[in-house]
Amino acid sequence: MDLILILEQTLNGVQLGMLLFLLTAGLTLVFGIMDLVNLAHGSLYMMGAYFFATFTRLTGSFLLGAVLALVATLILGIVVEIVALRRLYARDHLDHVLGTFGLILFFNEAARLVWGPAGMSIPLPPYLARAIEILPGVPYSAYKASIIVVGLAVAGFLYWLVGRTRIGMLIRAGASNREMVGALGVNIRLLFTLVFGLGAALAGLAGVMDAPIRTVQIGMGENILILAFVVVVIGGIGSIRGAFVASILVGLIDVMGRAFLPELLKLFMTPIAASTAAPAISSMLIYVAMAGVLVFRPEGLFPARGG
Amino acid sequence: MKSLDARGWTALALILLLVAVPPLARTFDQNFYLLLFTRVVIMTTAAISLNLILGYGGMVSFGHAMYVGIGAYAVGISSFHGLNDGWAQMALAMAVAAVAALAIGAMSLRTKGVYFIMITLAFAQMIYFVAVGLSRYGGDDGLTVKRRSDFGLFGLKDPAVLYYVALAVMLAALWLSWRMVNSRFGLVLRGAKSNDRRMAAIGFATYRYRLAGFVVAGTMCAVAGVLLANFSDFVSPATMHWTRSGDLIVMVVLGGMGSLFGPLFGTVAFLLLEEVLSGITEAWQIIFGPLLLALVLYARGGIDGLLAKRTERGDG
Amino acid sequence: MKYALLAAASALALAVQPAAAQIKIGFISTFTGPQAAIGNDMRDSANLALEHLGGKMGGKDVQIVYEDDTFRPEVGKQKTDKLIQQDRVDIVTGFIWSNVLLASYKSVLDAGKILISANAGPSQLAGDQCHENFFSASWQNDQTPMAMGEAMNRKGIKKLYIMSPNYAAGRDMAEGVKSTFKGELVGQDLTKWPDQLDFAAELSKVRAARPDALFVFYPGAHGVQILTQYNQSGLKGTVPLYAAYTIDALSLPLQKEQALGVLGTQHWVNDLNNPANQKFVGDFRKKHGGKFPSFYGQQSYDAVMLIASAVQAVNGNAGDVAGMRAALRKANFQSTRGAFKFGSNHFPIQNFYLQETVKLADGTLSLKTVDTVFTAHQDLHAGKCPMKW
Repeated sequence: MDLILILEQTLNGVQLGMLLFLLTAGLTLVFGIMDLVNLAHGSLYMMGAYFFATFTRLTGSFLLGAVLALVATLILGIVVEIVALRRLYARDHLDHVLGTFGLILFFNEAARLVWGPAGMSIPLPPYLARAIEILPGVPYSAYKASIIVVGLAVAGFLYWLVGRTRIGMLIRAGASNREMVGALGVNIRLLFTLVFGLGAALAGLAGVMDAPIRTVQIGMGENILILAFVVVVIGGIGSIRGAFVASILVGLIDVMGRAFLPELLKLFMTPIAASTAAPAISSMLIYVAMAGVLVFRPEGLFPARGG
Repeated sequence: MKSLDARGWTALALILLLVAVPPLARTFDQNFYLLLFTRVVIMTTAAISLNLILGYGGMVSFGHAMYVGIGAYAVGISSFHGLNDGWAQMALAMAVAAVAALAIGAMSLRTKGVYFIMITLAFAQMIYFVAVGLSRYGGDDGLTVKRRSDFGLFGLKDPAVLYYVALAVMLAALWLSWRMVNSRFGLVLRGAKSNDRRMAAIGFATYRYRLAGFVVAGTMCAVAGVLLANFSDFVSPATMHWTRSGDLIVMVVLGGMGSLFGPLFGTVAFLLLEEVLSGITEAWQIIFGPLLLALVLYARGGIDGLLAKRTERGDG
Repeated sequence: MKYALLAAASALALAVQPAAAQIKIGFISTFTGPQAAIGNDMRDSANLALEHLGGKMGGKDVQIVYEDDTFRPEVGKQKTDKLIQQDRVDIVTGFIWSNVLLASYKSVLDAGKILISANAGPSQLAGDQCHENFFSASWQNDQTPMAMGEAMNRKGIKKLYIMSPNYAAGRDMAEGVKSTFKGELVGQDLTKWPDQLDFAAELSKVRAARPDALFVFYPGAHGVQILTQYNQSGLKGTVPLYAAYTIDALSLPLQKEQALGVLGTQHWVNDLNNPANQKFVGDFRKKHGGKFPSFYGQQSYDAVMLIASAVQAVNGNAGDVAGMRAALRKANFQSTRGAFKFGSNHFPIQNFYLQETVKLADGTLSLKTVDTVFTAHQDLHAGKCPMKW
């Protein structure tokens, strides 16, 4: 196995990890602060992608379409919070799961009625569609490289927002003691709505970044949602840092499993059995990792509320 | 014994109706309804088992469909190798499910809340991918069950026989769950749900009680899987996809968590609703989704709760 | 609420009456979710066929009952049961997916009815599990990739890499290519189906293996993802792509220019020069705003026409299964693919063409026949089928 391939696969893993981070950052924020299990986060990701496809087509501009899609997802998130989810905060997790599962069904069918069943594709502008040489002789998709950059930028932004600003302070305070922050004259309801909007916008951003790779489809949120929850749980609920580390971990496990497991299995299996078993086992690895983490650290790698 | 309330009457009427399904289906020459209700009855057994831990024990298992899959694969794989004895298949299914539930429960019950939901999901996903990887038994495509289970005295080939067997199993599951819940064991389980610390403080090893409940529920659910494989003549990993576990939770909550007949109400309502709505429009989920949300927001007790409310109003 | 439901259910039970003077055809396909585009194309084409028949077969009115398998085997099986038991259809057709067909076929055949697959062609049903009441109006899974392997031999390709999804058809496709390709297989990946949409890891392996060509099979919506990612990966200049069932009239509007120049094989291309095909494609485009029908649609159109020929032969008495079977075996209809006859296992013996994605004069993208790879080709499994007629 040559080094270049390993390097390339590592990049692939990091890229998948960054995409997962965009999706899980919003999820873990909402989860940690409002204590809301939002299965419909995947639907917001899907809606972000659909908005992106629509606005890009309308404006003819890739970047403008992306910005408009983010704004639209932010607004959609706020509307959903005010209409439905706000009422769920005081309920238990089971209610969250069921209620937001209902929202998934609703959004899927709504998207089908509005945009039709065929899905949409988003052609990349020429400056992103090409492959760049990251090392001599190693081309890498410019767009995938840009995902890594955006992921890192968002991580930096959230680190600054939560750790260094007044809003971040309120967010942290609101998470540990709602009543106290409310008593100090802060409008907790508004704060929660804004946090949910931020989470929705992050989901929308993940949808936007993913759309040119996976194309826009109904139900695209569900496939990746479970993966996102795995990341949140491994990282520790509510911890942005945990989500970042766990995203990259899960991305690497997934890609490396797919990349090298078939060859590994061929050492002690027939080629046919190995090539059928490998995809199953590599999909399983992530869950093995999650169960392993939880058995030894029942609150994830970075328990956010420990102290 | 006090007289039956609204939910008691509904349950009784429903069970009588279920008993009458095969002759009715024959009279009206509507064999399809026999098949539909066979599915209802089998899934009710699965929902009853989930209700034991979810409703009474407060353990939100997001991987319960896994046990249906274990039961189904026990039939599929043994019949693939020429073993069609129903009792042996049943014993195999229950034994494998019990061992799986013991191992998974032992690890999962160390966690709480959302972590418990997620870890049960993780284990179910692992088993799901094991089934996908079984290339010899069809992998992703599943496996056709060429011969249904043979129980010596009776086979399951006749749809009406299969239906009555499934119904008997469902009634047995109801009875068992009633006995368990009202026993000392059930009291501890329910006590641990409302206040785990207090139960532990007064000397109950709640972990063991929960684990026992978890194992019983998994084993009971595998029986539903055995019946399901016979009913559909087919097993596939799709049976244990995480969305099927979600469906089971919806059935239990829709019917009313922690109520004896809740799973029955919930499963009947869920499957009939699905059948009727999908007959009306292909976009039926646009109705079903908000309905689910409304249920969570405004009808916490599920159907059972609605019926109970009716009784209270009537009484006084 | 429950009372209302029970009432609704029993009302349904009473409302359904068996229709006597009507031919009923059950049609299973996917009408919801990301693969619904295929189901809609099949439905449009089947309806067009019915229109061309004047809504009648053998002098009787025809009704097609469409049911949605939601892309799940167990739902497909439930809907098949419903078609047989409740709608009491005379014949069942449709079926995009091999795994849905494998879960459902027993329900039809055990009821003594005829099943005609309009797409799926798993090897089991062509070989030892062939059945006197099962027919295919499409192809056996291996055939198209066998033509692909042969086409690649002719192009002088020596080293090949194969990617396909890990389900019945995906594995059949890979085996089909391997059976005719004479060069060396330098790598193969089976990817998770249908959840896996990201192929970065596999495409990196392709680059490292340095093959002369990459063969892929990604039907429906997945065809868009694989092509997009292939283009983004920078493989396009170095490793040419050969695709089976990956680029079609449904995926082209999404794949756009990325599909240009990619070669594939198929039993039918929309520009085939025969009257039945010109009528089908012409009227389809007229009816659907210039849209081309896909091969899924073509097969559904053929399936309905095939059924019509058999119903005609038994003078509208579709309950006469033996008569229907005998008539179906003759395949006495004008197929849109030209020459068409059944092998002993009830799978078609037909030509396979090499097709290329081109830009037409008006700027729309379409598929064009460039070569005939196989003439009157029969699948490999026919010999394993014990049926004689």
